[in-house]
Amino acid sequence: MNITLNGTAHALSDGASVTTLVSQVTGRVLDHSGQASDGGKLGVAVARNSEVVPRSQWAATTLAEGDELELVTAVQGG
Amino acid sequence: MTAASTEVRTDSLVIDGVEFGSRLIMGTGGAPSLDGLGAALLASGTELTTVAMRRYSPAETGSLFQLLMDHNIRVLPNTAGCFTAKDAVMTAELAREALETDWVKLEVIADEHTLLPDAVELVDATEQLVNRGFKVFAYTNDDPVLALRLENLGATAVMPLGAPIGTGLGILNPHNIELIVSRASVPVVLDAGIGTASDAALAMELGCDAVLLATAVTRAQNPVQMGEAFKHAVIAGRLAKQAGRIPRREHALASSAMEGRAEFL
Repeated sequence: MNITLNGTAHALSDGASVTTLVSQVTGRVLDHSGQASDGGKLGVAVARNSEVVPRSQWAATTLAEGDELELVTAVQGG
Repeated sequence: MTAASTEVRTDSLVIDGVEFGSRLIMGTGGAPSLDGLGAALLASGTELTTVAMRRYSPAETGSLFQLLMDHNIRVLPNTAGCFTAKDAVMTAELAREALETDWVKLEVIADEHTLLPDAVELVDATEQLVNRGFKVFAYTNDDPVLALRLENLGATAVMPLGAPIGTGLGILNPHNIELIVSRASVPVVLDAGIGTASDAALAMELGCDAVLLATAVTRAQNPVQMGEAFKHAVIAGRLAKQAGRIPRREHALASSAMEGRAEFL
């Protein structure tokens, strides 16, 4: 399926969850609660179609064709 | 150890029940590299530092969030780049999820030319965020009326600007800053416009609880040295405020007695 991630087209396997996507993009393995399995902080958040998806819901949130995802993190600023 | 120096040691900044030994809050914008930024932050002695929220980029090397955690610096996400209350609330929600903190430095700016806060959107966003359980650090104009409004809406701290962001013009309206301080029951943080160390000292002398700056350090010719300068400036200004300055006089006042002078032929 095709989604939009941070404004650009992104291909994902059908039935992929937010966890799958975050793990794929960040290269980190995530546990069921949406935390990094390596024990470090992940430091990212996800909005799906302009709604924030809480970390605890990542695993249960299945993405659909055409979804618009924003994946954000802390950067220098302010 | 004298009583005075013991007092200084325990003179911590308390915001939302969290104690900070340093009254210097740093921003992270404008630094050319993450390593250089880390060194400047360490030199400044800051314990609280702002970050912006932007799209994740896999190409980015190193994590700012990790850098702050490694140095035991608490993170204060901001809503930089938001022009509406709606965008600011969304950005704050994302920051809360990403960084696991309900603290947010609320910036809702009117336009890119002035980068001045939009008072109407700021009030709206403060109300919404307080209702959603955020601890709002409201970046505001140096307007005593607006500052009090924000406090009454539940802001955790008010952060009046000294001058527009990045200008380094210092504190353009010291009288208003003093007025804001005198009426506030929440911490007042002088934010934006700081150019050099004396500006930060002045902010503290005016009674501010802390100073927030970024550009003055990150874009200084020697950011590490400037970070250290600000560390001392904030301490010096705070001490001077507590020590109580002499009143201003119109005429000179000799500090040496006239009696007992030697006489010369």
